[in-house]
Amino acid sequence: MSVVEKYLRVNKMPHIWCPGCGNGIVLGAFIRAIDKLGYSKEETVVVSGIGCSSRASGYLDFNTLHTTHGRALAFATGIKVTRPELKVFVIMGDGDATAIGGNHFIHAARRNIDITAIVFNNSIYGMTGGQYSPLTPPGSKATTAPYGTLEKPFNIPELAKAAGATYVARGTSYHAKMLSDLIYKGAQNKGFSMIEAITQCPISFGRRNKMGSGADMLKWQKDISITVKAAGKLPPEKLEGKLIIGEIYNSEAPEFTEQYAELVERISPKRGEG
Amino acid sequence: MKTVKRKLLQGNEACAEGALAAGVRFFAGYPITPSTEIAEIMAAKLPRLGGRFLQMEDEIAGMAAIIGASLAGTKSLTATSGPGFSLKQENFGYAIMTETPCVVVDVQRGGPSTGLPTSPSQGDVMQARWGTHGSHPVIALSPASVRETFDLTVKAVNFSEKFRLPVVLLLDEVIGHMREAIELPDYDEIEIIDRKKPQVPPEEYLPYKADEDGVPPMANFGDGYRFHVTGLTHDETGFPSNKPDVSAQLIKRLNDKIEKHKDEIIITEGYQLEDAEVVIFCYGCVARSAKRAVKEARESGKKVGLLRTATIWPFPAQVLQKSVKDAKYVLVPEMNEGQLLEEVERAIGCKLKVEGLNKINGELITPSEILEKIGEVI
Amino acid sequence: MQKEIRLSGSGGQGLILAGIILAAAAMKAGKNVVQTQSYGPEARGGASKAEVIISSEEIDYPKVVNPDIMLAMTQEACDKYVGDLKENGILILDSTYVKNVPNTKAKICSLPITQLAKNEVGKIIVANMVALGALIGHTEVVSFEKLEEAVMERIPMGTEKINKKALYLGYEAARKEL
Repeated sequence: MSVVEKYLRVNKMPHIWCPGCGNGIVLGAFIRAIDKLGYSKEETVVVSGIGCSSRASGYLDFNTLHTTHGRALAFATGIKVTRPELKVFVIMGDGDATAIGGNHFIHAARRNIDITAIVFNNSIYGMTGGQYSPLTPPGSKATTAPYGTLEKPFNIPELAKAAGATYVARGTSYHAKMLSDLIYKGAQNKGFSMIEAITQCPISFGRRNKMGSGADMLKWQKDISITVKAAGKLPPEKLEGKLIIGEIYNSEAPEFTEQYAELVERISPKRGEG
Repeated sequence: MKTVKRKLLQGNEACAEGALAAGVRFFAGYPITPSTEIAEIMAAKLPRLGGRFLQMEDEIAGMAAIIGASLAGTKSLTATSGPGFSLKQENFGYAIMTETPCVVVDVQRGGPSTGLPTSPSQGDVMQARWGTHGSHPVIALSPASVRETFDLTVKAVNFSEKFRLPVVLLLDEVIGHMREAIELPDYDEIEIIDRKKPQVPPEEYLPYKADEDGVPPMANFGDGYRFHVTGLTHDETGFPSNKPDVSAQLIKRLNDKIEKHKDEIIITEGYQLEDAEVVIFCYGCVARSAKRAVKEARESGKKVGLLRTATIWPFPAQVLQKSVKDAKYVLVPEMNEGQLLEEVERAIGCKLKVEGLNKINGELITPSEILEKIGEVI
Repeated sequence: MQKEIRLSGSGGQGLILAGIILAAAAMKAGKNVVQTQSYGPEARGGASKAEVIISSEEIDYPKVVNPDIMLAMTQEACDKYVGDLKENGILILDSTYVKNVPNTKAKICSLPITQLAKNEVGKIIVANMVALGALIGHTEVVSFEKLEEAVMERIPMGTEKINKKALYLGYEAARKEL
């Protein structure tokens, strides 16, 4: 049995994802990270929202919760706060995490609650057939942007960092090994971790924007990516149109469930004091 | 029953006390008048009891977080008012579909929209019933006193655990903010119901296979039973299915499990009904005005009785039918435009005259307004 | 026997707390009691009203329609509610603010409540306690001892002395008026 099969509900295959979709690669990277972390299936909880990527929870053999659109982090917060010993992961799409769920995204980061969030960013609402999201590159075509988008996208690593996340990274489905390593490291961070995973949607995004097949889109990911280290050596104008990948931010700050446990300790009557 | 010292408690305080007595150990919510005292008390008391309190970023998150906590095994409650209840509706439906026990307290205020934040209303009766989409069951309880607020909060938690669904506790601003001197029962003597645990090993566990009572045993996340929970229509395994028969069976079972236990869920109180020609049917704070009206009507020789229901949903149609058997006229005073009136008419048909007395100005219906209406018919 | 009491004034005068304390005192005396309030969106200013019903019977309707006793701490509240008073009711006025004494059949007890708090206790914030003392002094709807007990249970630590002083001040002033 392969590592991937060990953690998949193989009887739920075939999955719903289209040929050429990058979600399977991201899921594979996630599974390899879990395997390396050595977490048991019983102690691991995967919470997802609504959208193509969020169907991943159904394929994973953990405690899995497929919630409502945008709200996965809020559900996950309830689980983590009451059962801090559980390892809680959240899988969301780009629209899920930053449009309808934008508020939960910044507040989970602000609390620095020990949850690892993986945002599958395919630049589009895929499941509903290709509407633009807050992460669609400007000028791209979408069913709801037939003349090209006007809106400026979020930089979600910067958003997460500014909101208080203590581990922030970006990977791609092309750099699958690196992505797995980033998830592995993010899970070990005691606090809120956000890993943006750039993934290709050849059907609802690539086709409309003449980006070719899934493989062509992977090559595109390769071409526009630059590591954090390499980017650091270049002036800002040379980074125009580039996708910075790797560990973007890593710091330490008090974690929410630990702070709450300390609060409980502080206010409970001490033994012997009646 | 042993009783503790008499206490001067507000309805909202009694609600928080009832929740804690029933074993609620997680609260997540968002501040909103006139429910905020419940959150404030929970914030102070939960961490002292080993529980957790969270003020969330919005109402939606509050609902989501209590569902998450409940799935992980902690009895959970949130409190809000009309506008917040509207925001919670999608996740409320999620709790119905995923059969996750939890309690939503809605301290009703004037609406629609921001409406009258500090004034009472009974405008959320239909929101409680049909606020979320789809054909679904609902349990909604509405107390008429501070002491009953305590008792019904315990009941709401118990019903949610027993039947695995979110239960609505409809308070109103009068009951929520009113203080009464009450005696609380000894907490050790209160009946507490916990969700049924699976009796099979994890590999045989089907998370949505119901027992004969229509309710599936519930494992908690992290207790060794790995399963999938989704708001999508699902089969007994918990995984999505769009087969028509699976879908039909699921929705039917969800409704049947409440229908089957209606008699246990429906709580009503009759007063002076035996020979009543006029029956007042009401709930919540208005029942207080109605009781006074009945007393005064009886003093002047008018045969008036009162049927008060503490359970709004499921609607107590049979109890009502029995109570009005010999009556000539049914009066339904409500602080809305007649939300339960139509249910009353549906239950009674056109056998006797049914009329509403409706007040929507943010003030409690007075006994004299009820008496005046009665005077018009007898 | 049932007594209905309305305490009226503006937000920030401590009337809701006064209502709660009065209700607690009545509870201590073994009575049934209901306390309600109505208030606007303002934490300070605006109209504010607290009501207490004290009874030896079951209390059904929780609101006060025709009070037996009414306290008015502003002119506005006095003018708004005086018409509701029972014919043989008692009206307690804070003459600091109520300058136009209404035309009513009710018995009037007019005392400079806020001024007493300011001048004799040195704290305007205890005007509600002066008012409560006066209300009890005039009506004896609960005993002064029960009232004092209830006050002590619901005030911040360290303020016992000034609250007691305010309470007694109001009580004595009202007794003198009888």
